[in-house]
Amino acid sequence: MNKLKLATVWLGGCSGCHMSFLDLDEWLIDLATQVELVYSPIADIKEYPEGVDIVLVEGAVANEDNLELIKKVRDRSKILISFGDCAVTGNVTALRNPFGDPEPFLQRSYLEAADIQNQIPHEPGIVPALLEQVKPVHDVVEVDVYLPGCPSNANHIRAALEMLLMGEVPHLSGKLIRFG
Amino acid sequence: MAVKTLTINDRLVSARESETILEAARDAGIHIPTLCHLEGLSDVGACRLCLVEIAGSHKLQPACVTKVAEGMEVKTDSEKLQKYRRMIIEMLFAEGNHVCSVCVANGNCELQDLAVEMGMDSVHLNYQFPQRTVDLSHDRFGIDHNRCVLCTRCVRVCDEIEGAHTWDVAGRGHNAHVITDLNQPWGTADSCTSCGKCMMACPTGAIFAQGTTVSEMTKERDKLEFINTARKNQEWIL
Ligand code: SF4
Ligand code: SF4
Ligand code: SF4
Ligand code: FES
Repeated sequence: MNKLKLATVWLGGCSGCHMSFLDLDEWLIDLATQVELVYSPIADIKEYPEGVDIVLVEGAVANEDNLELIKKVRDRSKILISFGDCAVTGNVTALRNPFGDPEPFLQRSYLEAADIQNQIPHEPGIVPALLEQVKPVHDVVEVDVYLPGCPSNANHIRAALEMLLMGEVPHLSGKLIRFG
Repeated sequence: MAVKTLTINDRLVSARESETILEAARDAGIHIPTLCHLEGLSDVGACRLCLVEIAGSHKLQPACVTKVAEGMEVKTDSEKLQKYRRMIIEMLFAEGNHVCSVCVANGNCELQDLAVEMGMDSVHLNYQFPQRTVDLSHDRFGIDHNRCVLCTRCVRVCDEIEGAHTWDVAGRGHNAHVITDLNQPWGTADSCTSCGKCMMACPTGAIFAQGTTVSEMTKERDKLEFINTARKNQEWIL
């Protein structure tokens, strides 16, 4: 049997959800026997491949790179899991939204609150521009499974992945869907 | 005392005629979700979460303010009601700024629990991201309007139990918010006795104790219950 192709994607999040995924410890070894990891921030693969079966998407859509990548991810993947509160609700990444334009935040973070080298990063083509508003993933593309939590608890990730490995699309409930 | 007989979810239930559908259901061990209702306070029917279906009426009725009647046939858990309730919870999340991961009440919040109960794994209304304020002027408490669901439990507990009437609601629609005294910083509201009842009554992380951080704010509702029971039984009148 061909192994399922698994990908993990890191958009506007703190990487905590990926850390939580790595918290699955020895179960990751079991997982590795059942899936092929074809794209991930923990693997050195530059281009998101075609024909991905399952993808975990961490983080909100916060900048132009995120926006471009998530569309590609959707086009090239069967089951897209909105992974963690940032992906599901915007969460901490979207804390800037009530204030509108991101400019005051860049000023506050990189100029007023910085101790050294006070400058707003500006490197067109390298540093992606921020979007006006941070969006949850399902505001931009269709999502198949929601796995909230900040971060998503490792056992919850496992529960969802185990169902998917058995060919079911999980419909999660109870504490598996608690925000926060 | 007249007794009424009615059915709730096809179960025969008897209740005193002064009781609401919510009280009758709870006495019979039938769960109806609520948010603005708090034991011991008057009911205002503000949140609509306790809506039930009554045979012969195509309007849904809030169980917390609808009195029982003879022969009434009530349904508390139809698919339609479940859909409706999830919609209400989604609206509450979309209208405020609820960032549970950094909230004082994370893990101890009635709104968060209701979201789990309704199976809300995501919000499909557009988040409004309103610009709201935080008032930390009081010595002991704070209010973060971003997390307020306008249930008015603070208003009622302060008025009806503490007798101070510090809280009120001002504004309409999207601008509605709770205020202290004459819409002034809480710390300057002279009527406030600093009793903390509003904090105990608040279902969310909106009213909290100064100095609490993420997930630390547990609401001592048993204290309110204790006061209510003592008042009802006149335990303090010698
Ligand atoms: S949901 Fe929490 S842990 Fe996950 S990326 Fe966002 S902030 Fe980090
Ligand atoms: S008040 Fe409740 S629902 Fe709102 S952010 Fe806090 S924990 Fe979440
Ligand atoms: S502050 Fe709390 S108790 Fe008062 S209306 Fe808002 S959510 Fe309800
Ligand atoms: S509990 Fe009945 S309307 Fe809120």
